[in-house]
Amino acid sequence: MTNHWRDIKNADVILINGANPAEAHPVGFQWFMRAKLDPARGPGNGGGAKIIHADPRFSRTSAVADQYVRIRTGTDVAYFGGLINYVLQNNKQHADYVAHYTNASFIVKDGYAFKDGLFNSYDPKARKYDLTAWNYETDADGFAHRDMSLKHPRCVFQLMKAHYARYTPEMVQTITGIPKDDFLKIAQIVGEMGRPDKVMTIVYAVGLTQHTTGGQLIRSGAILQLLLGNMGRPGGGLNAERGHANIQGNTDHAISWEILPGYLKIPQPGQTGLDDYVKKSAAKKLDPNSWNFFGTNYKKFIVSLLKAWYGETATKENDFAFGYIPKPAGNSSWMSIYDQALQGKMQGVILSGMTATSIGPDSNQVLAALSKLKWLVVMDAFPTTSSEFWRGPGMTASSVQTEVFMLPTTHWIEKEGSFVNSGRWMQWKDQVIPPEGDSRHDHWILADLFARVKALYQKNPGKFPDPIMHLRMDYKDPIKPTFDELAREINGKYVATGKQVATFAKLADDGSTTAGDWIYTGSYTDKGNLSKRRNGVQDPAKNDPTGMGFYPNWAWSWPLNRRVLYNRASAELAGNPWDPKRPGIKWNGSKWVGDVPDYPPKMSPDDPKAWLPFIMNGEGTGRLFSNGMVDGPLPEHYEPMESPVTNALHASTSTSPVAFLYDKAAGRDNRFGTPSDFPIIATTYRLTEHEHYLTQQIPHLVQLQPEPFVEMPPGLAQEKGIKNGDIVNVRSKRGLMQIRALVTNRVGQLDLGGTKVWQVGIPIHFGFVGVAADMHPERSMNWLANALTPFVGDANSRTPEFKAFLVNIEKA
Amino acid sequence: MAEPVGFFTDTSVCIGCKACEVACKEWNQLPGDAPQFRGSFDNTGKLDAQNFRHVKFIDLVPEASTVSGNGAAWLMMSDICKHCTNASCMEVCPTNAIVKTEYNTVYIQPDVCNGCRDCMSACPYGAIGFNEQTGVVAKCTMCYDRLQANMTPACAKACPTQSIQFGTLSDLHAKADARLATLKAQGYDKANLYGRDDSVYGGLGAFFLLMERPEVYSLPNARNAKLPSRNNFGGYLNGFVIAAIGALAAVVSFRKRGIAENGEGSAR
Repeated sequence: MTNHWRDIKNADVILINGANPAEAHPVGFQWFMRAKLDPARGPGNGGGAKIIHADPRFSRTSAVADQYVRIRTGTDVAYFGGLINYVLQNNKQHADYVAHYTNASFIVKDGYAFKDGLFNSYDPKARKYDLTAWNYETDADGFAHRDMSLKHPRCVFQLMKAHYARYTPEMVQTITGIPKDDFLKIAQIVGEMGRPDKVMTIVYAVGLTQHTTGGQLIRSGAILQLLLGNMGRPGGGLNAERGHANIQGNTDHAISWEILPGYLKIPQPGQTGLDDYVKKSAAKKLDPNSWNFFGTNYKKFIVSLLKAWYGETATKENDFAFGYIPKPAGNSSWMSIYDQALQGKMQGVILSGMTATSIGPDSNQVLAALSKLKWLVVMDAFPTTSSEFWRGPGMTASSVQTEVFMLPTTHWIEKEGSFVNSGRWMQWKDQVIPPEGDSRHDHWILADLFARVKALYQKNPGKFPDPIMHLRMDYKDPIKPTFDELAREINGKYVATGKQVATFAKLADDGSTTAGDWIYTGSYTDKGNLSKRRNGVQDPAKNDPTGMGFYPNWAWSWPLNRRVLYNRASAELAGNPWDPKRPGIKWNGSKWVGDVPDYPPKMSPDDPKAWLPFIMNGEGTGRLFSNGMVDGPLPEHYEPMESPVTNALHASTSTSPVAFLYDKAAGRDNRFGTPSDFPIIATTYRLTEHEHYLTQQIPHLVQLQPEPFVEMPPGLAQEKGIKNGDIVNVRSKRGLMQIRALVTNRVGQLDLGGTKVWQVGIPIHFGFVGVAADMHPERSMNWLANALTPFVGDANSRTPEFKAFLVNIEKA
Repeated sequence: MAEPVGFFTDTSVCIGCKACEVACKEWNQLPGDAPQFRGSFDNTGKLDAQNFRHVKFIDLVPEASTVSGNGAAWLMMSDICKHCTNASCMEVCPTNAIVKTEYNTVYIQPDVCNGCRDCMSACPYGAIGFNEQTGVVAKCTMCYDRLQANMTPACAKACPTQSIQFGTLSDLHAKADARLATLKAQGYDKANLYGRDDSVYGGLGAFFLLMERPEVYSLPNARNAKLPSRNNFGGYLNGFVIAAIGALAAVVSFRKRGIAENGEGSAR
């Protein structure tokens, strides 16, 4: 989240796409309801914030929303595109904000083009773009040319205006299935949010992320918010709801393969050393008034990380042990791991905190991949569909060669530590009950494993033992690091004095500081572990001095306890809040006050050298146009890989031209279905009664939702002779689910420019392990929702396309 | 006597998360029923001895692709014992096991209950169930043990959207009136307060803001919310008439026997 949960109460309009917060985040949802029940909020004269929910299903969020629209899954680029076009055509954008706080004025270099669904520089053979083709036109110093009048034909504003002109309300209707009139009603409300005294928040979750166009779906929301001047403001922003209590912490600490902790890039093969890495990874300053804080300080952060990992071994002379970090030769994202296993290129896999069988797309293919391993280690508190995969659907236990090790681990309730919530708050928690039996913490298992690997290297050093031998495990007990020790290490310290560093501004590139994750520097200082702070609603007058809900002494929020990111953009150029009733920060004549400023605290707006508001990128402004995405500088609607219709904008480039096609690349058979065989659109989702797959072990929750089902519309049920509660076969090209039919108008038919298509939904939580599965041992073999989903992902992140695919349904 | 307390359940902001159901079971140590798919998001089915809270789901979502939800299309209502001012269960209980507490709530004393189940058929809300293990009936106690410790009942404590509010009835009545006024102003003409006044069972300790007529939620409306004692007059009259007819019949039959006897005698 750019903002945070409590901040949603400050919004006038809450636009929800690809999310179902009432069900997936019922506790956080209280803030939506507070905004709705607050007469001071809302468009026009107020009367309560308006909640607008666009979703394939009428969910429990829609039930309390002011406006629900049924949207075809995976078409939110067109929905947002239509809103962006409406804003631009009707001059509803926040003009000052757009001119000064976005890159609307930046001039893109000659050659930019978009035709038939393809941007310039496309290489069809490699299925790739050359991203440098979308650079700005620059001067001798490398600064971008700008036209503050926004009239230059190649300035970002004009390019995007032309790009989005195609997203007319009629086109939105054809692509998304939302009737034009209903769309225009929403557009009118959203358009009003460009006024400085109004503010809208956009809330999304994996309903945007899990598509081949996922990255661009999210960017579409960001572009709309920049145009309306809602980024950086209380009640505004673009807010991702994370799917676990600590998934934000996971991401920050580099759970995904392409980053190091703190969103530093993973080094690439061929990078000759630390300076070469920094040069190729850090953003370049593109405007004289751009601070480019991240790019400028990149080296300090990576050096401090290397010092945290390699201690005294990391010296200036050896490039701070930069050579010890692996440089992955190929993509190593989630699907790539199982793709490699399928190809017989993996020996073993260690699973910690997740069950591959349930969470991966195309679970039959994942099961096949697991059965090709020599060994599989599952670290979990309960048996999972992975530890039990050998008795899963289609498996013959006697012929599975994989040796499975089940290591019992502690559950989060059995350990202390921190959760980092969607709003970036690091909140410490206590152990509630002691661990059961012989279970151990996941990180103790890994530390012990590391110690044993190290001992083997000691005996037999091999070619390059240094990264193992010199890794610092500087804990009281190296195989049992405490959470307190880890939290201190993540914050970082001064090497000479051992004192904790108070802010990342003090980190150095000379090896004098450490930081396990620079964005957390400041969380554990000499004042102690700040995530333990609990000054909250017991005294709002004292603990929330601005009344905006920042509660600065409640826990700790990265970066630097800042509650709203990009908050310099909450105030106009002179430093006064756009909306005096909802201030983020303001210039009081000598310093910035309010939230922790995302800006030098004492830099006067009158200073001719005053930095531009977005200090983290090279431009110094929000990016309406970006050369950082592999699938285009502006979002474009592409159909899901499995779709019942061809792209209404450009039939010749119907689906993403750059999405990576695993099966094709590996020479496996095509696993995508056609609309003639599988005419029904399906999506997957969560239920409020369950948390992923874990709660299949909790009887009270299994009672509330005891079996998987497919929500299907009455018309479709009638067509197929299906009654509510019947058991039906749901098939995709890849697999089968045998589940109950739940017949309801909450899902329905879409009219896509004359083509009528049914859309259904299936919850993800069930499988062949757990309380309900034990009651139905045979049927539960066909309860994995991901048996249906395709093995393909977002062009940028390779997040699987769980949310849009084709099925057929027949009575079982 | 403490000030009367109760629940105000505002269905317009209920998100059907069922946290109330689970919190209730956890606090009251109710294992719950065997899992069973019941054809909707409601797999609890009813209030009984295992389920003191039950979220009803009433799907009125139209076929149209766009609709304003606002709590009026897919109705969700966390149902519970209403803690009636004039409680049917109390009226029929032969052992006086059901009492009004110092909080003005309706409480079943398990050690006085004889398991006759008269209250179950008397309750117009089906709020009471029979526990096969204990052999007595059970229902919501409004967390009587928590009330005594000055704690909010478990369901209200767990509710994330303040759909279930706990407090003194006078406070809750004021909040409910204000919320109803807001909804009316927003054009929700059907919104109504159920059990806020004394039109059903003399007023309810657990009252509701509904988005549809009470009948849509299978609740008796003011017209047909009647206590078991409504049958008393008719019942007594009936008994009297039957007794009278019996007596008359006896007299007549004795008389006939007399006639017959006499007749027979005369025949002899």
